[in-house]
Amino acid sequence: MIPTSFFTSLSAILFVLGGFAFFVKRDLITQFLSIEVMLSAANLAFIAFAKSASSLDGQIIVFFIITVAAAEAAVGLAIILLVYRQKKTIKSEDMNLMKG
Amino acid sequence: MTDIFWIIPFIPGLSSLILLVFGTKLSKKWISVQACTAVFASFAVSVISFIGLRQIPHEAYPLIKNLYPWIQSGGFKAGLSFQFDPLTAVMALVVTGVGFLIHVYSVGYMAEDKSYARFFQNLNLFTFAMLILVMGSNMVLMFVGWEGVGLCSYLLIGFWFEKHSAASAGKKAFIVNRIGDAGFILGILFVFIYVGSTEFTAINEAIGGGQITQGVATLIALLLFVGATGKSAQIPLYVWLPDAMEGPTPVSALIHAATMVTAGVYMVARMNLLYSLSGTAGNVVAIVGAVTAFYAATMALTQNDIKRVLAYSTISQLGYMFMGCGVGAYAAGIFHLYTHAFFKSLLFLAAGSVMHALSGELNMQKMGGLKKYLPRTFPTFLIGAIAISGVPFLSGFFSKDAILTSAYASGNYLVWALGITTAILTAFYMFRLIFLTFFGKERLAPEVKKHLHESPPVMTFPLQALAFFSIIAGYAGLPMVFGKNLNWFGQFLAPVIHVHHETQLSLNTEWILILFSVAVALLGIYLAYIFYIKKPQTPHNLVSRFPSLYRLLFNKYYVDEIYEATIVQPLVKGSELVYNNFDLKVIDGAANGSAKAIGFFGKLLSYFQTGLIKDYALIFLLGVILLLGYLLF
Repeated sequence: MIPTSFFTSLSAILFVLGGFAFFVKRDLITQFLSIEVMLSAANLAFIAFAKSASSLDGQIIVFFIITVAAAEAAVGLAIILLVYRQKKTIKSEDMNLMKG
Repeated sequence: MTDIFWIIPFIPGLSSLILLVFGTKLSKKWISVQACTAVFASFAVSVISFIGLRQIPHEAYPLIKNLYPWIQSGGFKAGLSFQFDPLTAVMALVVTGVGFLIHVYSVGYMAEDKSYARFFQNLNLFTFAMLILVMGSNMVLMFVGWEGVGLCSYLLIGFWFEKHSAASAGKKAFIVNRIGDAGFILGILFVFIYVGSTEFTAINEAIGGGQITQGVATLIALLLFVGATGKSAQIPLYVWLPDAMEGPTPVSALIHAATMVTAGVYMVARMNLLYSLSGTAGNVVAIVGAVTAFYAATMALTQNDIKRVLAYSTISQLGYMFMGCGVGAYAAGIFHLYTHAFFKSLLFLAAGSVMHALSGELNMQKMGGLKKYLPRTFPTFLIGAIAISGVPFLSGFFSKDAILTSAYASGNYLVWALGITTAILTAFYMFRLIFLTFFGKERLAPEVKKHLHESPPVMTFPLQALAFFSIIAGYAGLPMVFGKNLNWFGQFLAPVIHVHHETQLSLNTEWILILFSVAVALLGIYLAYIFYIKKPQTPHNLVSRFPSLYRLLFNKYYVDEIYEATIVQPLVKGSELVYNNFDLKVIDGAANGSAKAIGFFGKLLSYFQTGLIKDYALIFLLGVILLLGYLLF
């Protein structure tokens, strides 16, 4: 049986990769993808702990997260599309209308 | 039939409300009919109630009608409740009766005015407020009426508010009255503290039961009298009344001669037990009244504005009324109030008719010889002047004589002497006015003369009616010398006036006093005749002999200027000082400063708002790391 720490380590690596990509990349779609990666990392951690604690709670939460991620993808992609129509760019630096 | 008296004030009140809401939509004809009918209906109910009052025994006085418990707070109670007794009856009859005639006159006088509905709305509202004042059964309700008439006075003085002088005269009247009202409110509060109620019946019981010491009575009476000096234009708060002549003439007649300004006299008579208990307050009232009477009469001598002469004359006559009340002759004071209402409103309305004929001319130096042009106004004006001068057998003679006799009988010889001197001056300035206006050479401007015309019947009818009453009103209260028990007026008021001064004069003394005052009145008229008809250069000679005295009188003792310099200017300057230094710097500084501080911190925080998603994420990440670090270590 594979120890839980393997799963959590993989989860941590995935999460850090996703976070790193989010900060390094400039176009919104890639950043969006990296968020999905981070979400997957969280899912993995939940399942691993659920398995080791032999409880269903973690698995149920994962379903919720997947649903949220799907909704987020739908809304997020639509926003990106509209932003592109408006500004002809999807670079996140160009989006600074909220500057105080 | 006696318990319907409470609707008296509400008829004009309702009419005023209708005019307020629908005034601009109604035709002039409808407005005039409605406004006059309302006051007449009120008068009719007053007459019915008056007859009813005479049929019930004196022990049942006053009739009280509680409509609604208006204020109830702890021990303090004030109800919307009215009372009806002889004093109220006299006041209600004067207010509605004279008020009705003046309403009718206004139909003609204001016919061309564009704010016709507003005028009658205010006039009806005034009648309503004045009736509340005289019918309220407690001091709080009386105060409501007291303020209500003050408001209407303000509205009507400033009726032609496009004119700057009218607007500022209205303001002056309002502010000067406020000063008096401050004293009045304090008086009411003290009444409540010491009596525990503001009902007049309770106050009289408390005084009768000895609950109030003389000192307290003096305090309350003097505070209330401060209010009376404001409303009734006595020294030192009389300054608003001459300026109030900026209003339309019917207003001067109704509010500033016949009714509102007598509210102070009514109040003193209503509280007669209080003023008699405190001898000092009574003396103060008598002396203030006498001095005002004399002082105002001297100012009337030199005025050239026809309405201002009448205004000073009103102040002077109000002084007489206070003189009467002050020496304990409350019935005589009220009697003079009642006769004065007729002849003074007659004089004002007749003066209005003269102005109407002369296209608004007020300056008597530009009149003269009008006798033949105004055949209906002139005789009524003359009757008014004779009545006020105290020529025998007209109303003013009886009432003025009653006051002077009482003053003599009470032993206040100084007050009596001032009263007699004022009587000469009164006769003199009234006939000066008559001679300058109706006799002598015509000094009219040619423009004015072209439009010269007698007033329409709707204006001259009230004049004739008032002239009729000016002649006969005095027979309600004949003096002792004509026989015992002829003073019907005094007997009617006796159940309300709880005070009867005992000093009776012998018939001989009374005869001498009466003959003396007749002689004095005739002397005044004769002097005016010499000055303005026989030897018209006399006034000029006198002026050139006593130039400084003339200037003093002509400029009304510079009182307006003195008040301006000692009270108004320091207040204005002080306010400016406070405004510039305290308001602008401290208060506005604090308010603006707090806003600026918040703006400053907002600016600081806004540096974090880069608008870049990555920066937010970074900060978020840092936060998470910090939180994790805190939780783990």
